[in-house]
Amino acid sequence: MSTFSLIWANLFRNPTRTSLTVLSVVVAFMLFMLLRAIAAAFAGGVDLAGVDRLVVSGKYSAIDSLPISHVRQIQAIEGVDLATHQHWFGGIYQDPRKFFPKHPVPPETYFEVFDELIIEPDVLARFAATRVGALATVSLAERFGWKPGDIIPILGDIWVKEDGSRLWEFELVGTYAYPPERSGGDEFLLQYEYFTESVIDHGKDAVGWITVRVSDTDRANEIAGTIDKLFENSADATRTATEDQFRRQFAAQLGDMGFITTMILTAVFFTIVLLTANTMTQALRERIPELAVLKTLGFTDSAVSLLVLGEALMLCLIGGVVGVILALFLEPGLNAQAVAFIGNFEMTPLTITSAIGLSVLVGLIVGAVPAVTAKRLTIVDALRQR
Amino acid sequence: MTALVNCRNVEKSFTKGKQTVEVLAGINLSIEEGDFLALMGPSGSGKTTLLNLIGGLDHPTGGEIEVNGKNLNALSSKALARWRSENIGFIFQFYNLLPVLTAQRNVELPLLLTKLTRGQRKKNAATALEIVGLADRGKHKPGELSGGQQQRVAIARALVADPKLLVCDEPTGDLDRDTADEILDLLQTLNAEHGKTIVVVTHDPKAADHARHTLYMDKGKLAEAVSM
Repeated sequence: MSTFSLIWANLFRNPTRTSLTVLSVVVAFMLFMLLRAIAAAFAGGVDLAGVDRLVVSGKYSAIDSLPISHVRQIQAIEGVDLATHQHWFGGIYQDPRKFFPKHPVPPETYFEVFDELIIEPDVLARFAATRVGALATVSLAERFGWKPGDIIPILGDIWVKEDGSRLWEFELVGTYAYPPERSGGDEFLLQYEYFTESVIDHGKDAVGWITVRVSDTDRANEIAGTIDKLFENSADATRTATEDQFRRQFAAQLGDMGFITTMILTAVFFTIVLLTANTMTQALRERIPELAVLKTLGFTDSAVSLLVLGEALMLCLIGGVVGVILALFLEPGLNAQAVAFIGNFEMTPLTITSAIGLSVLVGLIVGAVPAVTAKRLTIVDALRQR
Repeated sequence: MTALVNCRNVEKSFTKGKQTVEVLAGINLSIEEGDFLALMGPSGSGKTTLLNLIGGLDHPTGGEIEVNGKNLNALSSKALARWRSENIGFIFQFYNLLPVLTAQRNVELPLLLTKLTRGQRKKNAATALEIVGLADRGKHKPGELSGGQQQRVAIARALVADPKLLVCDEPTGDLDRDTADEILDLLQTLNAEHGKTIVVVTHDPKAADHARHTLYMDKGKLAEAVSM
């Protein structure tokens, strides 16, 4: 037997209680990993160098529309190879919980700028030729069992038609896919021309954001500056960024993600500290005579105190490590879902180290009071409690 | 024979609120090495308190206690803990085994404080279990053993570090007559064949029958000494 096996045996004297406590610590650390990864994705810096696509959006908010005339002006800038645009359609299909992004796009330029998208030429031609045509990613079509020719009814929650109707009906003309290395999730594209002709007045001739392909990646910084300068003094000033940065700005409309995640984690860890401290205190109270026996056998006050602290540390460390492992296990799946909104969702070595460090800190905090109590026990008084 | 334990004018009092309760009032006692002493007396007479002081679990309020040449009054809490681990084996009425550990590991517990290797600790624990007749029960947890077997494990734990002095507080108090006799026989063997000095606090006259000497305590004082 070693000191470690003594700590281990004591920790699992009440396996149900310990397992439930460990489980709650596991969940807390999984949340920590996931939320830190989200916060890190939002906090990531912008480096325009080396990118061949830039996204131009409203300077003050990613949800502010831009006039379609911006596209033509941007297209005219030297160094801009091609510009296309998207808009945020919103809309409800069947049930708000079955959400997927829907974008009005110009078929001609969209698939040229996003040339990594996989689409059959005849499907693209049908999309361009069908006024109410729409495209779905393969995953989205499979999700709802759609096939070409189906009419997809969408209830407009942002955009109302000119005639006051909220019902938009689109004909699915085919599907497209993201390449395996760039997961795009579910997406639904509709004809911009149909949208802008049918939508209520204030939505006409407006786009959500403009995606620009530059001819020389080394000049991405310079071109971004030129674009923003061009509209600097207009009513629709712009902000040009990378696609990743734009996605983050868009998702950041929810609020200050760093602050939100910190608040959630603070609440989670406050609860965990209380829960685990309660477990440790209860476990200590049940075995005060046993601790007195250890002291009787010759274990010093400090040694007994360290054994108790060791239990708290081990409990939190097990929870922390398992939580980290589970989060890493979930990472690829979550990354595929999140990449469309916040860009790269990555659990860095720093996040992992922070989680392990935090588990040690929580262990020290929850073990401190029981450890001091154990240290102060007098043998004779404690033995009487049996 | 030389005295292993010397108590000189030992006093012990406890404070309860504003009241001071005197438990031991000037005890003078000498226990020779190799002795088997039974301490008897009514409840509250101070037997267990005296035993705790001899075992270094508590400090006297007055007087001096010397065990195996060491003045216990002079030892710090840390030094006293170390001294206990090397010199005293404790046996309690309710065995006080750790329920989460097997018999083998319970016996091994005091050896964690030594510099013995893991293999040596295991071997010594097995030997101690063999001495108390439980060589085949090492893998059982206390809950899987009878009261008598648990007390044997506790005795093995008390023996494993090879202390000179065993202090036993009502070692048969929780056992039936037959099992109690077996435990007393075992203690007698440890005294006679292994040379252990034993001090037993007991209410059981049969326990006293196994001792070489019996001392009676009443109201914190030694009342009578009987040689067997």
